[in-house]
Amino acid sequence: MSVQVVSGGGGGRRPFFRRRKSCPFSGPKAPKIDYKDTRLLLRFVSERGKIVPSRITAVSSKKQRELARAIKRARFLALLPYVLK
Amino acid sequence: MAFYECVLIARQDVATSQVEGLVADFTKILEDNGGRLAGSEYWGLRTLSYRIKKNRKGHYVMLRVDSPAAAMQELERNLRLSDDVIRYLTVRVETLEEGPSIVMQARNSRDERGDRGDRGGRGDRGDRGERRFGRDGGGRDFGRDGGRPRAPREADSEGTTASEGAAE
Repeated sequence: MSVQVVSGGGGGRRPFFRRRKSCPFSGPKAPKIDYKDTRLLLRFVSERGKIVPSRITAVSSKKQRELARAIKRARFLALLPYVLK
Repeated sequence: MAFYECVLIARQDVATSQVEGLVADFTKILEDNGGRLAGSEYWGLRTLSYRIKKNRKGHYVMLRVDSPAAAMQELERNLRLSDDVIRYLTVRVETLEEGPSIVMQARNSRDERGDRGDRGGRGDRGDRGERRFGRDGGGRDFGRDGGRPRAPREADSEGTTASEGAAE
């Protein structure tokens, strides 16, 4: 029993297991976080215009800080809205 | 000397030529204080995401600056004084980028991407179709006994679902 729990703890037992995604900003072909790149930033903003938490987007915490800064800069320049709808 | 990126938004009522005049003024201020304009980019009249001082649109200009901090402070002071500039943001960067920024790249590639998108969509559909035929080809041996007359008489969808079920 204990062996089963250990081996299946991450994957097999949970019905809604999803493979852990890697950070979209790490790796060789990762896009550069830039406050001018509205189309990239929009992907990390909810329908209401809120910054999506990294636990959903799987962005690493270092990159999430960078991303949040970029989104806030873009908002200040009216490239992104503070509130959508 | 440090590198800066300065994006400023000019009022929508200002003409494009006046925006160029503004940039020339600011360049002069920089040069008088020992700075240098490494490049400027006019992003055009863009719609703002929200209203700023009753403006719905604004002329976006980005300046790439290589200058001492004192010159940048003087430039920012003048940006604040100018009535035509409704907003500005200066960011210190490690290196100045060369060539068009992402904003201009996005604008230029918009037309190209539209074409590519259409072509890509058609290509994908073709590929998927071929793959399905390939799977059906695998099932043809299965269906040759009685499958051929069935397909035209009954619905095609039944044939495909049956083959998919067999494949999986």
